[in-house]
Amino acid sequence: MSRRVRGLLRKEFLQVLRDPSSIAIAFLMPAFLLLLFGYGVSMDASNVPLAVVVEQPGAEAESFASVFQHSRYFAPQRYIDRASARRALDAGLVDGIVLLPADFAARVKGDASAPIQLIVNGVNANSARLLEGYVEGAWRNWLERELGARAMPLNQPVMLQPRIWFNPGLRSRNYLVPGLVAINMTLVGALLTALVMAREWERGTLEAMMVTPVSMREVLIGKVLPYFVLGMGGMALSVAMALWLFQVPFRGSFWVLTLCAALFLLVALGMGLLISVTTRNQFVAGMVAIIATFLPAFLLSGMLFDIGSMPVVVQWVTHLVAARYFVAILQTLFLAGDVWGVIVPNALALILMALFFIGLARRRMHKHLE
Amino acid sequence: MWQRILALITKEFLNLFKDRKSRFVTIVPPLIQLLVFGYAASFDLDHVPYAVYDRDHGQAGRALQAAFSGSPTFDLRYVIQRQDQIAPLIDNREVLLVLQLEPGFSEKLTIGEPAEVQVLVDGRNSNTAQIAVNYAGSVLNAFNGQWIARHQQQAPPTRLVSRAWFNPNLESRWFFIPGLVGLLTLVVTMVVTSLSVAREREQGTFDQLLVTPLRPFEILIGKATPGFVVGLVEGSLVILVARFWFGVPLVGDLAVLYLGLVLFLFAAIGIGLAISSLAVTLQQALLGGFLFMVPAVILSGFATPIENMPPLVQMITLLDPLRYFLVVLRGVFLEGAPFSILVHQLWPLAIIAAVTLSAAGWLFRHRMY
Amino acid sequence: MTQQAVIEISGLTKSFRLPGREIDALLDVNLRVAAGAVSGLIGPDGAGKTTLMRLVAGLLLPDAGAVRVLGYDASRDALDVQSLIGYMPQRFGLYEDLSVQENLDLYADLQDVPASDRPARYDELLQMTGLGPFTRRLAGRLSGGMKQKLGLACTLVRSPRLLLLDEPTVGVDPVSRRDLWSIVYRLVEEEGMSVLLSTAYLDEAERCFEVILLHEGRVVGQGTPSEFSEPLSGRSFRVSQPGILPRRLQARLATRAGVLDAVVQGQSVRVVMQPGRMLETGGGDSDNITCEPVEPRFEDAFIDRLHGSRDGARTLRPADHAVTPGKVIRVSGLSRRFGDFVAVDRVSFEVSPGEVFGLLGANGAGKTTTFRMLCGLLPASAGELSVAGLDLRRAPARARGRIGYMSQKFSLYGNLTVSQNLEFFARTYGLRGARRRQRLEWALSELELARYSGAASGNLPLGYQQRLALACALMHEPDILFLDEPTSGVDPLARREFWSHINALADAGVAILVTTHFMEEAEYCDRLAIMSAGEILALGTPPEVKRRALGVEGERAGMEEAFIALIEDREVA
Repeated sequence: MSRRVRGLLRKEFLQVLRDPSSIAIAFLMPAFLLLLFGYGVSMDASNVPLAVVVEQPGAEAESFASVFQHSRYFAPQRYIDRASARRALDAGLVDGIVLLPADFAARVKGDASAPIQLIVNGVNANSARLLEGYVEGAWRNWLERELGARAMPLNQPVMLQPRIWFNPGLRSRNYLVPGLVAINMTLVGALLTALVMAREWERGTLEAMMVTPVSMREVLIGKVLPYFVLGMGGMALSVAMALWLFQVPFRGSFWVLTLCAALFLLVALGMGLLISVTTRNQFVAGMVAIIATFLPAFLLSGMLFDIGSMPVVVQWVTHLVAARYFVAILQTLFLAGDVWGVIVPNALALILMALFFIGLARRRMHKHLE
Repeated sequence: MWQRILALITKEFLNLFKDRKSRFVTIVPPLIQLLVFGYAASFDLDHVPYAVYDRDHGQAGRALQAAFSGSPTFDLRYVIQRQDQIAPLIDNREVLLVLQLEPGFSEKLTIGEPAEVQVLVDGRNSNTAQIAVNYAGSVLNAFNGQWIARHQQQAPPTRLVSRAWFNPNLESRWFFIPGLVGLLTLVVTMVVTSLSVAREREQGTFDQLLVTPLRPFEILIGKATPGFVVGLVEGSLVILVARFWFGVPLVGDLAVLYLGLVLFLFAAIGIGLAISSLAVTLQQALLGGFLFMVPAVILSGFATPIENMPPLVQMITLLDPLRYFLVVLRGVFLEGAPFSILVHQLWPLAIIAAVTLSAAGWLFRHRMY
Repeated sequence: MTQQAVIEISGLTKSFRLPGREIDALLDVNLRVAAGAVSGLIGPDGAGKTTLMRLVAGLLLPDAGAVRVLGYDASRDALDVQSLIGYMPQRFGLYEDLSVQENLDLYADLQDVPASDRPARYDELLQMTGLGPFTRRLAGRLSGGMKQKLGLACTLVRSPRLLLLDEPTVGVDPVSRRDLWSIVYRLVEEEGMSVLLSTAYLDEAERCFEVILLHEGRVVGQGTPSEFSEPLSGRSFRVSQPGILPRRLQARLATRAGVLDAVVQGQSVRVVMQPGRMLETGGGDSDNITCEPVEPRFEDAFIDRLHGSRDGARTLRPADHAVTPGKVIRVSGLSRRFGDFVAVDRVSFEVSPGEVFGLLGANGAGKTTTFRMLCGLLPASAGELSVAGLDLRRAPARARGRIGYMSQKFSLYGNLTVSQNLEFFARTYGLRGARRRQRLEWALSELELARYSGAASGNLPLGYQQRLALACALMHEPDILFLDEPTSGVDPLARREFWSHINALADAGVAILVTTHFMEEAEYCDRLAIMSAGEILALGTPPEVKRRALGVEGERAGMEEAFIALIEDREVA
């Protein structure tokens, strides 16, 4: 490494040390966000408030209603009639209503099967669907017990036996936390570099540097390397938190993780650098960084929403979001292991993007003031 | 006084929109993002890729397979012959699930014994996995119903009849698109406000403003107006797109919706301006903007329900203006919730707005380096 | 001297594209810069000095023509050129969060100075710049003069053959300015370096071996300073009249027929006549005028060559202000601390209506802090202050409406046009209807901004930005005007014009508080205070201050000498 590059690196490190905001971006921000997200973001419902209405008390009805009492999924509340339950649903006090109509007991005894009504608030379709699933499971268990007591077989021709691989407990944290690591590093990468070149332009430090024999390649290395090291530090911290604080299993190998993390960080830093070099203006660079990083990474990376179910055009757009590739790699490494069929194509995409961003930034950084 | 404020407002708008780059950044990306995100943000699965491993080869088994391949939700990709073909397909994300019929499935079914069908699911995204299992369950339920009817078997003594109110087809897009109104409005107002005072401080023009007869609250009005107008216009555009492009029903009172939007904008602007006046450099302002915006979105209940969060985090969400606004948006859009119900969301918004706006106004004059 | 040239420029043309128009920064420039000497690049703002420097340094590509530096083509072999020259841009990019030593190390690394050569070179540079005791201090904590010296030291870590200095002395106090010049001379004499420097201080031009005069992108003259000034002999005079303020006398003389230039110099006025004209001394209010011929200087030649190209400076015609008797600014025992650091230490002074009061001092002396407290931008830690009878920090908006403020950075909205800026400030100050139109009209015509009214103010030449800033501060005809280094970086022509405006305003009864680095401008002040390290070292009229510093015989000396003497006295004490 030439003496010039070493000088630039030392300068950048000293600046980072003097201005705590870079350290805050690299370490404090990921830790803070991951803590907040890791605990705050969960798809696993528990204690769902559920209105239970029994119109005519009876042994069967009471036995069914009591099922909800003993489940950690539900927080049942008894309402005396449909109208009051309905008002509770409207006011958002409960997410669903289980209604045992007046003729329930009579019909259970008779031949016709007795309807149990379930009304869910469909506004949050996902939660509603989960609630439906939970209630259905509770109902099925109850049915089996009831029929078993009466020595009658449950007539269910085909039974579903789901086996969930990689995450049998369906713990949503196990897939959300790796995704959050990716989002975190997108923000860290962009924030670290989005302003650095613009700042040197605005403060006039670049002009003095340009007349020295330093080449732009060396300036680029001097800018990328320190923030790369910082970013990898932040990444290590995030992964450590995922493993030990949130207890997410890790089934891949660490060297693959390190390599892919390095690639992704290069993409994120390169994007920040490109914003910085292109705008040469901290204000606009800041605006672009806000708009181009967080929401796309959050919504289009597949960290939350299934990319395969998006319309084709939108799926194309997701290919422009680097976090998409990293999320796929992370979820696979954490939960499945070194699956080359997933890792290799995504890593290749990251290499291409890194080359694109850093190459373009390099092209736009020339030793002229125009 | 109004003349002074008007002068400041005019200047703020000129300052924001004269520069081609900043004009572009404020207007175009949020609209593009709305369209893209509107399609992207959905938990509904579509064309779930699956494979069939049929070790039964019986008539009834084929009938069941037909039930799956006939469903619009599932998309048959592979028919496999050997056990060891399963793992690579799932590992490499070629399919989300594998339907496995054991030998003797059809026989069991025909003689009335419970027949089991195995579904192997890729659980890397546990939410998607769970939804896929639910879908598979409904296909099976329909199949069972038909089977029982066709073979005149005894139906179970009770049955579960499920209905979803406000969103009968459980389209999760209906849930997310009103949420996007809040998200995009937040991002746009933060872009406009969080850097504005910091920029004037760096350029020295803020001192020039402070020595004029403008009072702090006049500066506040002047600085807040562009964010307010831009937020209001883009918010309205997003509402229009949600209603007419994505076809999300808008059953409630528009007045309540706009009351919520206005209060939310005030709160967001207050936070943006407070961050901006606290920051010494633009980098700090940008960091501050992110540190507010990202948790505000995550903890708002936009994607994951607040009820699922631990109690401590739930307490933190009480400070998040987006949390209240999302309830208002969804309430008005889908439920037609009246003012009397939503007022419980509106007053916290009003308090947050009052606190943050006064903090910003106070900081203008008292934050000096 | 040697005929060898370090820079050879032929047919050089360079233009910039701004939205809507194209600006020719340099037009067909041909020149040679001699080796082993100090050459000065002189010209008003927008003459193309910085563009020329950047082209020589290989930072810009010429549209036409060639620049050869030390035998290399500056655009084709930019890296070769850059390894042989040292260039200090106008705003030298010191990393303010790095220490003096770390900045030196960085540039030594960038210039590939071997580690073995460093200690000796550092010793030499630190001793030369006097920065030795401060190697561990952060660059951001240095005074403006020390920053410039550090910038120079950084460019000199690997002794270059050619040194380019772009306005190295702007914003630098007189003591540091003197030090910088002695360093430059030493480099030329001891190391045989060639130096090209641009400057806005015309007295510095006299110190150059050769001067290149640039105007509107063209070379209008090249030669030794005396070659410039000799043709003017017999046209320069020192005029004095007892019992009248020198700045009043200057204002009166400047409008006399045949007078090309008049500037205050100590207790008298220096006048340059147009060719073949004599000063009419008789008649009316000028019976006791004395007029003695003096040697012409470079500045006279500069004005002579360039003045004709601009319209004669017009004197501002402000409306008369109802002069309130008594003091409008009172400051007593004013202090300001930032943590342990005392920025302003028990400062007291007063200003009357119609008075021009100057605050002078090096960077970091506490001028700007005092200023910000007066304007209500910063709370005082202790002491009392009142402006127009009120503390502006707590004052109602109405009181702020009586002051005008112009800061050193000409804080205008750079992306708004001239008339949008004017309109904005007029409206913030509550001007409406016919009166607003009338004031806008006044600003555009009196300050000659009309031709730029639709241009973005950030693209204006510096001199026009300064006029616009003044116009904005004057829209509401304030009784009190605060000017924070209003002429920093502005060329001599614009400075003269600016001071004639200030004179006119003071005569109309406006109280003016001004901070400045330019010691010759101190002569325009009715009274002034010299500050250092937060304290006032001397306070009084210019002759009083000089007497205080240099004794009775010092009265005829320049303010610069007085300033240096005061600062040095203090440092000894």
